[in-house]
Amino acid sequence: MKSNRKPGKPLDLVQIQAKLDQSPEKRVWRGLDELAGTPDYRDFLATEFPHDPRADKQGVSRRNMLKLMGASAALAGLTACTKLPDQKIVPYAQQQPENFVPGKPLFYATAMPLAGYATGLLVESHMGRPTKVEGNPTHPASLGSANVAAQASVLGLYDPDRAQVVIYRGRVGDWSTFLTSMDQRRSDLLELKGSGLRILTGTVTSPTLAEQIQSILAQFPQAKWHQYEPLSRDTVREGAKLAFGEYVSTVYHLDQADVIVSLDADFLSAGPGAVRYARDFADKRRISGPESTMSRLYVAESTPTVTGGMADHRAPMRARDVEAFARALALGLGIKSGDAASPPASVSWIPALVRDLQNHRGTSLVIAGEQQPPIVHALAHAINDALGNVGKTVHYTDPVEANPVNGLESLKELVADIEGGHVDTLFILGVNPVYDAPPDVRFADHLLKVKTRIHLSLYEDETAELCHWHVPEAHFLESWGDARAYDGTVTIIQPLISPLYDGKSAYEILAVLGGQAGSTGHDVIRGYWERQKPGADFEEFWQTSLNNGIVAESALAPKPVKLNLQVAAPAKTNASGIEIVLRPDPSVGDGSFANNSWLQEVPKPITKLTWDNAALISPASARKLGVTNGELVKLTSHGQSVEAPIWITPGQADDSLTLHLGYGRRRAGHVGSGIGFNAYLLASTESPRIGTAEFEKTGKTYPLSTTQHHHIMGKEGEEREEESVAALQRKLVRGTTLEEFRKDPEVTREEGDGNGPSMYPSFPYNGNSWGMTIDLNSCIGCNACVVACQSENNIPVVGKEQVSRGREMQWIRIDTYFEGGLENPAMYNQAVPCMHCENAPCEYVCPVGATMHSPEGLNEMIYNRCVGTRYCSNNCPYKVRRFNFELWSDWTTPSLEPLRNPDVTVRSRGVMEKCTYCIQRINRVKIAAEKEDRELQDGEILTACQQTCPAQAIVFGNINDKGSRVAKMKAQSRNYGLLEDLNTRPRTTYLAKLRNPNPEIKE
Amino acid sequence: MGADGLQNTPPLGPKVPVLAPGHTYATITDKISAIVLTQKTKKGWWAGLLVGLSLLGLLHIAIGYLLTVGVGIWGINIPVGWGFAIVNFVWWIGIGHAGTLISAFLLLMRQEWRQSINRFAEAMTLFAVACAGMFPLLHMGRPWVFYWMMPYPDTMGTWPQFRSPLVWDVFAVSTYGTISLLFWFVGLIPDLATLRDRSKNAISRLIYGGLAMGWRGSARHWHRYEMAYLLLAGLATPLVVSVHTVVSFDFTLGVIPGWHSTIFPPYFVAGAIYSGFAMVVTLAIPLRKFYGLEDFLTMHHLDNMAKILLATGLIVAYGYGMEIFMAFFSGPNTYDHYMILNRMTGPYAPMYWSLILCNIAIPLTTLWSAKIRQNVAALFVISLVIQVGMWLERFIIVITSLHRDFMPSSWGMYYPTKWDWAVYAGTMGLFLTLFLLFIRFLPALSIFEMRGLAHELKEKEDGGKH
Repeated sequence: MKSNRKPGKPLDLVQIQAKLDQSPEKRVWRGLDELAGTPDYRDFLATEFPHDPRADKQGVSRRNMLKLMGASAALAGLTACTKLPDQKIVPYAQQQPENFVPGKPLFYATAMPLAGYATGLLVESHMGRPTKVEGNPTHPASLGSANVAAQASVLGLYDPDRAQVVIYRGRVGDWSTFLTSMDQRRSDLLELKGSGLRILTGTVTSPTLAEQIQSILAQFPQAKWHQYEPLSRDTVREGAKLAFGEYVSTVYHLDQADVIVSLDADFLSAGPGAVRYARDFADKRRISGPESTMSRLYVAESTPTVTGGMADHRAPMRARDVEAFARALALGLGIKSGDAASPPASVSWIPALVRDLQNHRGTSLVIAGEQQPPIVHALAHAINDALGNVGKTVHYTDPVEANPVNGLESLKELVADIEGGHVDTLFILGVNPVYDAPPDVRFADHLLKVKTRIHLSLYEDETAELCHWHVPEAHFLESWGDARAYDGTVTIIQPLISPLYDGKSAYEILAVLGGQAGSTGHDVIRGYWERQKPGADFEEFWQTSLNNGIVAESALAPKPVKLNLQVAAPAKTNASGIEIVLRPDPSVGDGSFANNSWLQEVPKPITKLTWDNAALISPASARKLGVTNGELVKLTSHGQSVEAPIWITPGQADDSLTLHLGYGRRRAGHVGSGIGFNAYLLASTESPRIGTAEFEKTGKTYPLSTTQHHHIMGKEGEEREEESVAALQRKLVRGTTLEEFRKDPEVTREEGDGNGPSMYPSFPYNGNSWGMTIDLNSCIGCNACVVACQSENNIPVVGKEQVSRGREMQWIRIDTYFEGGLENPAMYNQAVPCMHCENAPCEYVCPVGATMHSPEGLNEMIYNRCVGTRYCSNNCPYKVRRFNFELWSDWTTPSLEPLRNPDVTVRSRGVMEKCTYCIQRINRVKIAAEKEDRELQDGEILTACQQTCPAQAIVFGNINDKGSRVAKMKAQSRNYGLLEDLNTRPRTTYLAKLRNPNPEIKE
Repeated sequence: MGADGLQNTPPLGPKVPVLAPGHTYATITDKISAIVLTQKTKKGWWAGLLVGLSLLGLLHIAIGYLLTVGVGIWGINIPVGWGFAIVNFVWWIGIGHAGTLISAFLLLMRQEWRQSINRFAEAMTLFAVACAGMFPLLHMGRPWVFYWMMPYPDTMGTWPQFRSPLVWDVFAVSTYGTISLLFWFVGLIPDLATLRDRSKNAISRLIYGGLAMGWRGSARHWHRYEMAYLLLAGLATPLVVSVHTVVSFDFTLGVIPGWHSTIFPPYFVAGAIYSGFAMVVTLAIPLRKFYGLEDFLTMHHLDNMAKILLATGLIVAYGYGMEIFMAFFSGPNTYDHYMILNRMTGPYAPMYWSLILCNIAIPLTTLWSAKIRQNVAALFVISLVIQVGMWLERFIIVITSLHRDFMPSSWGMYYPTKWDWAVYAGTMGLFLTLFLLFIRFLPALSIFEMRGLAHELKEKEDGGKH
């Protein structure tokens, strides 16, 4: 660039202005033209915009042309460019070679920290792009399964709304400026011995992070570390302290328990060990024939949960009545439980339950729910102790958390310190208290009083908005870390990909604060573990731990505890208003997944609501209060009010509203902002989860989107749900009791079952003939399969409005039906993928033959032949087909391109799609077997839904192989097909659900 | 009229003429050809054309938007994969049935009264088929590959799925469209020659002359012409039955309760004739009024058509009755039982009862009365009511069967969007526009056949004198 500017004469607008000011001529210029005419300005222009457009007059030079071509070629390839982390990561090399083979995915073991606790994962990586998450079979909290949050985490990684740059005071900053600034801050703080320094994190189980923080606290003795987790386990911890005098963690062994009592605990789908617990629970209830045994589950809960749906006896009651229930139970078992208030009148079977528990000493288990007060947890511990369950169905360990604290107290302490003017530098790492702290803490107001506020998070969220510095956080799939699982097992989290947006992890931020700026997450983690495992075999330890996804023998040892419980009399509550129970949302959790569209669109268990939270109310209470579905009501608690839409929920306790947290986000992103209402506003420090609210009708309505309609019919008191009545009448879901089943194993067979006559000869299947079974006795309805399928098969989301029009795209759905009165119905969850009918009604009606039968029995969809008449869907009795009414797949957002499974077509507008039994997985394994010239092994092919199912309810395989698991399942007497009287001969069949009620209890 | 009104209007006997007395060849030719050649275009025609073209414009916008965005602009979903498009398709194609029936079937039956209504009934058929034919194309997810439904040898060796009723539809509707066009055009040739001979304008002479294909009216021409016409009639007659039978197969071959029924073919054909004749009545009444054609379109015609409405209406009613009977006969807790109960009491019950009102309650009680049959205004209203009813019938069949089928978890609702309505109204605009252009530029009544009719009547009269 040729510029006339003299060297050493930096110019900017300010100087130009100053110069003009000094000029003896008139002070006023008439316009910018005049200013532009000054030589200084021209000079300024040349330096500010060194590319002078006038230089282009000669056209593009050859050299420039080549430069441009090179740049555009590189930019064109940019979207497809992914970069492995610089450091060596270790693939899960049980079967795979340790190198890239184009087209062949590699699997890496890592872990997803959720509210601090790890779940082990295997992540599928295609040429350096993580595309799919599976559970890690060697990890105790997973055993190969993963829950909805883990399945959807890969979308979170590629979310285009993630924070992408360092923000300083609302403007784009950069990491090096941050480092400079922190360096300054650090030296200041060192002088002050850390006075005024506070670090706020979520629950920390990471040994490395804990050590980092401890060393920082050592450097800055006056600094303090606070932990606040919105979905806190404070009551769990306090309950343990109440019972044992110290914080301990509790580990359950549901596979050892014959009688299980849940005190408002949704242990199958919520909490750190849920995936493992669901597996153990299902294993204990697996039926292979009349001789099989089952555990028995009693549930007392306020809202129908996944766990409640599996109960053999379920008592809906207000959440605050669970304490009385627990006290009555304890009293029955001879535990001094204070003055037992009378248990809820609706539960007549407490004495029978007591006898059942007494008959199962050492094989029974009582579990209390996270939202219940400490006393309920303490009573559960006392009951388990009294029944001799400790060491058998439950054991205790040292706390899994690195530094267990009462999060709410910790937050209050922080706020008090701020108020006292003791805080001038606050690091907020990975949490969003401005959104999720109880409003009476007034966190946002106090936060603004802190002089320097530094925030690290995945999104520029509500807290980021109020902080000086915001640093984009690296996703767990792009950063190093470590975390403990529910039983203490440590996983070293290895990244699958370099940070997409130069995000930083908490380890790296703390390294800066600790004076080790420049150390990467890898250095920090590896450094910690080198100190833990000194010696020559460290490299081997490191490789093995990364490879397996667990640090061997890191689970915490059982810890002997001594019960020392003094139960106080129940406190008198004289709260007015209707009870409100704040629970984590089954999909978006505490709200941190609010911007994940897979999680927003997956229909929530039981209610089947999508894209919203609602005030769940019982049919009787809705009648009493005169409200209907979708009616907005105003709930006021502690001076805060929200407007919530009503959703009538069978099985909900009367006089109790359940509100799911995680909605009403202001700054979640394009997907999650401004939907639903923020139930945190009704929380308070005294009643963080169970409270009361004033109820007021507004007369307004709000559209809610659900995937399964519920029409309540019948007289008052005898209401039924029309859909459920029809489903039971049509024998779509079948169930009986264990006792009936033992008397007659064929009891669930119905007229019309089996293959009817056909005019055509049967097609001979000499090789493979694929089939699937879904055991209704195991399926808990947790949705993991739905999201797994969405991720595996590149299924688009359609948004709330389209869902309300009936155009959701998920290939597998969970149907929920209710049996019995709506006040406390039995629930059936039924996962419905394509049936792959042998006589498929969809096939013969397609005018272009776009859906055909494969020689292995699959009902195949040929997307590029489909013209979109939708006749196949109309004629599908199971309505499992999904149509691209518009262009649903996102073809334009670059960051979503690497997310896609390269083995599955991304569908365009106007074509039909449906479950394929994961044909890409079938073929991958078939090709491998063919290359190795061997037979396929049973269980070698796992469909995405089957692989992730925590309860292992789904079995897929070759029906022709009589020894295969699927063939054995189909041979069971509980096996039945849907609508077999139509002679469709479905390949997906179901096994009837069994309940194991206490014969003493007549309901 | 009073209480004894019925006696004052006896049923029309053979004495009521199919052609008003006093007409000669010349007056017939003058009167009919004048509409095209000499009369000043009526203001009402312009007004009608404005309405037609406006709706046609709406159709263009709706189709443009449809092709840009996709069928998602309509209210269809899973489970209701077919909505207005298929309802309208069946409705229009049903309307089209009267034309063939009148032209071919009644010709073979030697029903002389058909001759004054066949021309515009055929035109109506053609335009209705044109409207109908758009829907199966537009309702496709990817309409630009519609030709994949045709059997043609392509390089991939792929063929349509011949077991699919939709492929049969392609053949049935395209055959029907072709035969209707041929029949209509062949029927027009002598009249086009008349227009050629009578037009004063060189351009119109050239156009009509070209279309008349050298017709000179020689005996040989007439001989061959009659033969060809009769042959075409013979070809077209089976289509009266077959087309709507095939259309009904779209439903009956499905497994869905409410579709899977053996009674559909006959009851669809009857329904088609029902709606088709209703449309002929709807068009004939204003046509004879505005163009003063009462002499040619006499009460005799209207009365006959009303009787056909009554007869086909009764068949349709039988079909409904049978559907209900079979459902209850199958016993409670069957899919069909639920389907009928859902139609009668479910969310679409108002539509179902409107259908019963429009198709059965109103026409089948009133049309027995000769007085009403001969009341032009009443007949006009009834014909409109029947068309609404027949549209509702297709809506009930398509929508209520799909919206609650086998799996209660997938039950849903279908609500038409404004674009559903826009396309429907748009095809009405297309129909109206085409029909108005037809009556302006072509003889709406068959001149030569009317002349033949006058001749025959005169002969009869003369024969009586002898």
